Amino acid sequence: MSVGFSQWFSNIVYMFNLQHWQLFFQVGGLVGLLHGLLFTLEISLLGLLFALILGVIFGVLATSQWKVMRAVARVYVEFFQNTPLMLQAIFIAFGLPIVWPAARHIPLFMVIVIAVSLYHGAYISEAVRAGIQSIHRGQLEASLSQGMTYVQAMRYVVIPQALRVVLPPLTNQAVNLIKNTSIGVAIGFAELMYQAKMYSDMAATGPSFLLAALMYFILCFPLARLAKRLEDKAEVNN
Amino acid sequence: MHVATVTGMLQKSFFWTSLFRGLGVTLVVSAISIVLAFIFGIIVGVMRYSKLPVISQVAAVYIDFLRNIPLLLLMFAFFLIGQMQDLTAAVIALTVFTTAVVAEVVRGGLNSIPKGQWEAARSQGMSYIQILRHIVLPQAVTKMIPPMVSQFVTLIKDSAFALQLGVLELSNRASILQANFTTPAQMLMIYAVIAAIYFTINFILSVIARKLQKRLSAGGGTIG
Repeated sequence: MSVGFSQWFSNIVYMFNLQHWQLFFQVGGLVGLLHGLLFTLEISLLGLLFALILGVIFGVLATSQWKVMRAVARVYVEFFQNTPLMLQAIFIAFGLPIVWPAARHIPLFMVIVIAVSLYHGAYISEAVRAGIQSIHRGQLEASLSQGMTYVQAMRYVVIPQALRVVLPPLTNQAVNLIKNTSIGVAIGFAELMYQAKMYSDMAATGPSFLLAALMYFILCFPLARLAKRLEDKAEVNN
Repeated sequence: MHVATVTGMLQKSFFWTSLFRGLGVTLVVSAISIVLAFIFGIIVGVMRYSKLPVISQVAAVYIDFLRNIPLLLLMFAFFLIGQMQDLTAAVIALTVFTTAVVAEVVRGGLNSIPKGQWEAARSQGMSYIQILRHIVLPQAVTKMIPPMVSQFVTLIKDSAFALQLGVLELSNRASILQANFTTPAQMLMIYAVIAAIYFTINFILSVIARKLQKRLSAGGGTIG
């Protein structure tokens, strides 16, 4: 057991030795990872934008007076929150083109964007719904009775308060969305995770994964921090 | 083996045994990870909550680091750097990541209990562990259940990432079946059935969680 452990441990140490770092840099691993990082950033920004749009649309629908609209929003949220992103992604990449040949022309970059925005849009729409429902109707009526226009009432009274509820989960979803763009490795698009795997296979696993982890961390940690600060702030205001 | 219709496919025992085996793998991987992450999450969460600076900071570093890197990267790391078998790597990666999330949930729940209760229990001569065990945790649990269960639902879904290691879990069966049943209608049906299985499990879990929370918050016996 202890021989096995020390062997295992020295194997791990071996993967991070100087030779492996040299090999990693020789094959251009760092530049490769940075290229992947750039794609990850682009996918994340575009994905977040679409997820926000979907989230606002379905979040508002979920609070509408129309029963049908509420049902549509419910189905969207429940479906995407209860089935795996991985399944959705491989369906869009490998299943959809069989039923709908035009889908073959969707670039893999967009497949990831579509998958993560549909998935995280469902979570964001729940946050938006909670935000809207946290504001009492009376506030809107009171604002209107004070001579505010509807837009003014929304702009100065309703939205600032709703944002306090919406922003913390929204920021957390942004972090999860960035991390989940790593499904690119499953469908073969060269974002950061794919690059990390490629340089692991062709040069050195240790340096490749360590640096990729660091890059994801640098992207996500500030956002996670922000989310926590927003949460604390919302708690104090309650 | 070759059938061209959906009903033909649904009558093949191969179709169902493949899916049930996949479901079995998904359930075993998820169940082990959930139990382990629950236990370790409480430990790390209490560490994070504690006033002892080193212990609290160790827990904070663990939580901050693991929550901010992709699960898929963790799986590959345990698989390739940790030299583990595919299933073990998947379980450990899911556990290690979910532990961090559960720890945050636990800390949030503990923080929601007013400090006055600690002082009151302390004045009654209770020890740190006793207060945690009998006073603070039972109240905090109600607050922890919804976020914890939604994290466990996420874990079940994320166990599908293990297909990248070659684990033959439920989602991975889609591509296997797709190779055997090739018409568009059959392909749609394969994905629909797999999605429906995940949906059923997760939906049931959410319903149970809602009931549990209602019962606990009704019988919690808190004063304020």
